[in-house]
Amino acid sequence: MSETTSYSRRNFLKTGGLLSGGLVLSFFIPAGAKRFVPDADPLSNAFQPNAYLNILPDNTVQVILAHVEMGQGIWTTLPMLIAEELDCDWSKVTVQHAPPGKPYLHTAFGLQITGGSSTTYSEFDRYRNAGATARAMLVEAGAKKLGVSPASCRTENGYVIAGDKRASYGQLANAAAALPVPQKVQLKDKANWKLIGKEKNRLDGKAKSDGSAIFGLDVHFPGMLIAVVAHGPVFGAKVRSFDASAAKAVKGVRDIVQIPTGVAVVADHFWAAKQARDLLQIQWNLGPGEAIDSNSLLEDYRRLANEKGLVAEQTGNAAQALAGNVTSIQAEYTFPYLAHAPMEPLNCTVKISDDHCEIWTGTQLPGGDQQAAAKLLGLPAEKVKVNTTFLGGAFGRRASPTADFVLEAVEIARASGKFIKMVWTREDDMRSGYYRAAFLHKVHVGLGANGFPAAWQHSIVGQSIMNQYTLFGPPDKSKPDESSVEGIKDSAYLADVPDKLIQLQSPELPVPVLWWRSVGNTHTGYVMETMIDELAFAAGKDPVAYRNSLLKSKRHLAALNLAAEKAGWGKPLPAGHYHGVAVHESFRSYVAQVAEISIQNGQLRVHKVTCAIDCGLAVNPDGVKSQMEGCVIFALTAFLYGEISLEKGRVKQRNFHDYKMVRMNEAPAIEVHIVDSNEQMGGAGEPGVPPVAPAIANAIFAATGKRVRQLPLQPSDLVKA
Amino acid sequence: MKLTINNHSYTVDVDPAMPLLWVLRDVLHLTGTKFGCGMAQCGACTVHLNGEAVRSCVTPVKRAEGQKVITIEGIGQQHLHPLQQAWAAMDVPQCGYCQSGQIMSAAVLLRENPHPTDEDIDAAMSGNICRCGTYPRIRQAIHHAAQLQNKGGVQ
Repeated sequence: MSETTSYSRRNFLKTGGLLSGGLVLSFFIPAGAKRFVPDADPLSNAFQPNAYLNILPDNTVQVILAHVEMGQGIWTTLPMLIAEELDCDWSKVTVQHAPPGKPYLHTAFGLQITGGSSTTYSEFDRYRNAGATARAMLVEAGAKKLGVSPASCRTENGYVIAGDKRASYGQLANAAAALPVPQKVQLKDKANWKLIGKEKNRLDGKAKSDGSAIFGLDVHFPGMLIAVVAHGPVFGAKVRSFDASAAKAVKGVRDIVQIPTGVAVVADHFWAAKQARDLLQIQWNLGPGEAIDSNSLLEDYRRLANEKGLVAEQTGNAAQALAGNVTSIQAEYTFPYLAHAPMEPLNCTVKISDDHCEIWTGTQLPGGDQQAAAKLLGLPAEKVKVNTTFLGGAFGRRASPTADFVLEAVEIARASGKFIKMVWTREDDMRSGYYRAAFLHKVHVGLGANGFPAAWQHSIVGQSIMNQYTLFGPPDKSKPDESSVEGIKDSAYLADVPDKLIQLQSPELPVPVLWWRSVGNTHTGYVMETMIDELAFAAGKDPVAYRNSLLKSKRHLAALNLAAEKAGWGKPLPAGHYHGVAVHESFRSYVAQVAEISIQNGQLRVHKVTCAIDCGLAVNPDGVKSQMEGCVIFALTAFLYGEISLEKGRVKQRNFHDYKMVRMNEAPAIEVHIVDSNEQMGGAGEPGVPPVAPAIANAIFAATGKRVRQLPLQPSDLVKA
Repeated sequence: MKLTINNHSYTVDVDPAMPLLWVLRDVLHLTGTKFGCGMAQCGACTVHLNGEAVRSCVTPVKRAEGQKVITIEGIGQQHLHPLQQAWAAMDVPQCGYCQSGQIMSAAVLLRENPHPTDEDIDAAMSGNICRCGTYPRIRQAIHHAAQLQNKGGVQ
């Protein structure tokens, strides 16, 4: 019996609200829902007031997550929202991922997706309401049981209490389940919050420390086989023919099948499958993917930057203003392709039987994967069950609009007729695409007499994410892809520049590109924050003071000045140490960072990053801090090492030896400060990434007098000008 | 082939060249030990072989024959290991995938050096990659576990 069918039969209570940012939030609370948890759970006696929680007779509160846990901490944050309103016993809370289903659609995006650093703010109302609804019903049941009026009851730690009488939520679960779902509930005043805004330990902390947490790669069932795929050497390659005779001889190999993306070996275990894969003799039709070369790509992009593109923003006449006799700065920036490289390589388990398909995987897009698998198999969506495990890192890669890795596993299961777990090797993960796109920026800025930008001409060249996929509707190629220009088009620095032109070229190439933690801001934030620094020096002004003069929003300034103050900006540093600063708004949060660096024997050392974030209310402040820490390391890796390069269409990098990661000995001290803010809530998973690299690059300039305009960092960047 | 893993005996019929990692994961279904790179680059597969941290993805199972193997499932025997307690208390894990390997590496460090400095930690832990960037908390948690261990929290 599938979840989707049962949802569609229910009547949904729909209410709406308007966030101050203008996003319409709707929430759906299916009354008397019975089927949104795995069949194995003993739920016949459970109280299921809505799709987001169940209360069991033993007082367990099961929270069902509309979003997935990939490290960002929502396994704890969303239960905090429910528990705050429910007044339950925090130690009795258990958590599980939701299956695909209408109640779990993103309140703003309309898909079941985890991304855009949006989970906490988009669920803030829905999850609190879910908790408050359940509480109201428990109070009503409790009042009846205790023989008092609901108004004389209070709730605390999983009990309805009236005077010296009390009943536990578990005792009331059956009676509450028989009550009608209230249409309107009162949420607590902020002053009465006991959990929200307090630091709570992660609910997945123990399972992720004792080996018991189950990731997609850990899924195991009796009779399940392991599949490893031989992928084409270039993007878009197709199998022409193959010889599997040597591969078939490997002990443990059960089947070898051709699928659209290559040849798959199905075996008893990974080792046999991988050994056999390496023995396959495959002839490929390479197709146009073979022509791609990182060096020539850069030349093409350079040429495109000089041509007219789609206009993302235009006021006045930048070309004319820059043609005048003004002081100006011109710069070209280049950014390589980047792999997400989550620690858990991509994988997916698929069982197809008769007219039904069941999938187990770590995915940011369970509904999209379900739809794609159903379409491929010619099944109705409700015949495809998706079970979402923990995600061993994702950073955008596991939100695949094409469901690429899920469909590949479905193809193997279908072609072989076997119950399989497809496992990608690290090399498959590194070389099979879906990268942060390579970008080139060409910037020409004219300085006014006051030292501030007066004219700004900016060309951006790089593949569009949105043009590749139809998940969010058909792409409109006549308009610039917002995800390529975010961070510049809406930059607070440009708001008052009278003459500006921001253009975008989105070349189409066979290299698949995708959102990569902080998306367009990975490159646009870098360009803006290093360019502003450059302008500050040209104007002879202190970089923090210069930004203070240009930025009008108090949230930018709050983050900037808090980071500067905590880092001791302007105060003496140890000999040979230098500061650099950057501040950037993304995903509705404002993050500033000050990097402290030194260069010794031609080696960069980032000693410390001081970070300040204004994300509005921080539901779990320690969770926000840990995201900022993670963002710093993630961005530092990209700045120092991140580069996927192609030669004759072949990805040169293979594994962590040539796609290097920052390690413990290179990790700076990280100090995070959260701005005490009542502003609109923002995200935390991504907005810490964009300022890191420019803050470090600006510190490198302070040390060397040289600007780093080509990423990743080269040794020559560290030699004094 | 006879194996002793977490003080339990197992008999497996596998290619002696098969890496220990895949015997643990795909034959014995002890999945706490993770696959990250397959070439001893990331440390996600770290286990103890006779008390030494080894990369199980490049360790042929025959090397473990008749030897003592401890995995994340067996490192805390009656209670959680002080490192596991510290990891949970300090909210080290984010995605959590690399943390088994981190803890197995840290356990050898703490046994050899009950009072490690930051530099000692850097040296011992640089073979383990964390893509989520939990390094600052790993450092803190190792210091915290050292304190727990010195108070008698070790088995």
